[in-house]
Amino acid sequence: MLALGLAPGATAMPARVVSMNLCTDQLAMLLAAPGQLVSVSFLAADPMSSAMAAEARAYRLNHGQAEEVFLMRPDLVLAGRYTARAAVDLLRRLGVKVVTVDAPATLDAVPDTVRAVGAALGRSPQAEAMATDFTARLAALRAHPAPPRRAALYGPGGFTSGSGTMADDILRAAGLTNVAAAAGLSGYAVLPLEKLVMAAPQEVIVSATYPGTSRPEEVLQHPALKALAARIGPPRQTGPGWDCGTPRVLDAIAGLEARP
Amino acid sequence: MKVLAPLAVLVALLFAASLLIGPADLTPGQSLAALFGGGGASEAMVLVMREIRLPRALLGLLVGGALGLSGAAMQGFLRNPLAEPGLIGVTGAAALGAVLALQTGAALAFALALPLAALAGAACAVGLILLLAGPRGSTLTLILAGIAVSALAGALTALVLNLSPNPYAATEMMFWLMGSLADRSMQHVWLAAPPILLGCAALLRLGRGLDALTLGEDAAAAMGIRPTRLRITLILGTAAAVGAATAVAGAIGFVGLVVPHLLRRAVGARPSALLPASALGGAAMVLAADIAVRLIAPARDLQLGVLTSLVGAPLFLHLIWRSRRDEA
Amino acid sequence: MTLLTLDALTVRRGQCPVVDGVSLTVAAGEFVGLLGPNGAGKTSLMRGALGLLPHEGGSSLAALPPNARARAAAWLPQARTVAWPVSVETLVALGRTPHLDGRPGPADRAAVDRALARMGLDAYRNRDATALSGGEQARVLIARALAQETPLLMADEPIAGLDPAAQIRTMEVFARLAREGHGVVAALHDLGLAARFCTRLVMLAGGRKVADGAPEDVLTEANLRTVFGLYAHVERTADGLVVQALGVTG
Repeated sequence: MLALGLAPGATAMPARVVSMNLCTDQLAMLLAAPGQLVSVSFLAADPMSSAMAAEARAYRLNHGQAEEVFLMRPDLVLAGRYTARAAVDLLRRLGVKVVTVDAPATLDAVPDTVRAVGAALGRSPQAEAMATDFTARLAALRAHPAPPRRAALYGPGGFTSGSGTMADDILRAAGLTNVAAAAGLSGYAVLPLEKLVMAAPQEVIVSATYPGTSRPEEVLQHPALKALAARIGPPRQTGPGWDCGTPRVLDAIAGLEARP
Repeated sequence: MKVLAPLAVLVALLFAASLLIGPADLTPGQSLAALFGGGGASEAMVLVMREIRLPRALLGLLVGGALGLSGAAMQGFLRNPLAEPGLIGVTGAAALGAVLALQTGAALAFALALPLAALAGAACAVGLILLLAGPRGSTLTLILAGIAVSALAGALTALVLNLSPNPYAATEMMFWLMGSLADRSMQHVWLAAPPILLGCAALLRLGRGLDALTLGEDAAAAMGIRPTRLRITLILGTAAAVGAATAVAGAIGFVGLVVPHLLRRAVGARPSALLPASALGGAAMVLAADIAVRLIAPARDLQLGVLTSLVGAPLFLHLIWRSRRDEA
Repeated sequence: MTLLTLDALTVRRGQCPVVDGVSLTVAAGEFVGLLGPNGAGKTSLMRGALGLLPHEGGSSLAALPPNARARAAAWLPQARTVAWPVSVETLVALGRTPHLDGRPGPADRAAVDRALARMGLDAYRNRDATALSGGEQARVLIARALAQETPLLMADEPIAGLDPAAQIRTMEVFARLAREGHGVVAALHDLGLAARFCTRLVMLAGGRKVADGAPEDVLTEANLRTVFGLYAHVERTADGLVVQALGVTG
């Protein structure tokens, strides 16, 4: 899924790569040759957001600002489609090569994304191996789904992931039915609490809460949700592996299947 | 009396509608059965009715009553139809108090810290406004003082939320500015109800003094009204009612402006008669607005204050226009 | 019966005394006109006497608890404030505030009716008090003070801004109240009406009482010259004392 800036069959391997997006950060860390990746975004080091926070500490962290990235003298910048648009435009005007990578919307799109980042890094063979391995492991996980159970994803402010989202795909791969998708919701949408209760899910999967308090997260402590939990067991938490289509997403699927 | 009875009926109808309308498709029969524990209701229905819709409707009633009554009381005291808890910064300051209680963890350690901190914020704002606007609240000073207090409270609230370690805290600003009853629970009802009821009881007793103030504070004092006691009761009553309401529902604007304005003629403009009528009217307005947000955009987190402000802000402009004409 | 006793009453604005050691008693049946140029301390004297201003010295009214005081004396301030568009009847009924314990009873309604009748306002009963002319509003506010039915009525320039007939009618109402056994204290600027209707005049200058007595003893040419800076024609006629200011002295 290469968007811009790189001719197919890229020539020299870029030597100083800066990634500005949580998802490209993780793919770059998985694929780059030693010393090739200079900096990843600060979110990559945040254990709440990133499945590879520990690895990210080995790199300089950037905050998506054109100035700091430019001063790192990168010969390749990896960015998401929507990351820091102004900064990306400015870097391009300054003559820096920027490759934007779309986050995969489905599990089946993950191998292509891996290949695209691999090509940009000049590490196509490694990317190909990773993509093949991913396809095989995904097929294995899908072949042994747990008996179908109705699950509801529920996050701060009552947001859920309906059909067409990676999270929905993860649930289905793990042999679960997404009640939000079944209720006709698509994309990232609000699932009213009473609809969640009426859908009678057999499992509720909530997002991990941050330290400190916030009103959007308060709904995760709602007595109605607790009453539901008293019946079907405490909710499980999504992890950082859910958000980006990296091969780590397989761990999330395996984790869901592991539930008795 | 001829105003209170129809208003009470309206509030009862809206309260029932608030219980019966929601995203989960329950028939009225199922809803009532689930609420009152009759047969034929599933466990999920009981949860929906008792833990989700009942607290929401109860809070609509309490919060609306508190806002309408406080607006009527402040207007009677300042003898200015523009005095409104939201406009003059009382709800903003209450929100700041609530946010401080939540973000410092005080509300976790001690549940009552939330309404008490909001009450303290509201009391500071009312006291400050009365100090700045003077005994006879001239429109100009009242609004200027309100702008200053609101801006300060809003900025401090945003600052506290931005400094929070929780990334979602910053997204709360909308709730504190506009207010919402979505996803509230019975815990919120138990927290807010006592201060709101105490505050409302205090404000309802002010009728005689506010009536006498129609003739000016000198004449009122000479008719046996104790101005200091009246002022302190007003500050504490408003702070308790508005503070607790804001702590659980955010700053729902303009209710205290619109409701007394609409009902003033109907009750013969007597401040004492306006107090209970505005409490009922406020409850009706908030319940109606809360039903509307559920009907208009059920899948969006549409804030309640958006609707009350859409009704209230044009009326506010109209009142400014009229008071300018009267002063000219 | 004495309705008001002031003993060396002093009211200060900052350090400066605006009422300076005034002693005075007002008895039932008296209609006392309080005279003096602007700034002489007429308003401060009455507000101090009612306990509405901090003061030194004694005032029999200010010593009472608020509600007892409100049943002893009614106060008609100069500012004609009607904050809300209430009906005339509602406004006049506010005068019953100190007597109320709960809802107004038949006695309260009767007092309101008497006050409305006395001021000739029966036809105005259901009118919006804020929509009346200034003179009508003044009469409504006087009716409010009358409805309080207190032994003593204190009024600050009650006839200012009224047309001549209304001024005379109002003075007649006050004089009749006095004849009926009430006491009335009113700050007045119209020397001629004060001379004709008041039973007694108190003249203030610079916060001090400079004259106190029957109209003909107070409204002397000498007092008018020294206190008001006026030269005037003063004459006893068959209709009573006639005072007409003719000019301002040097």
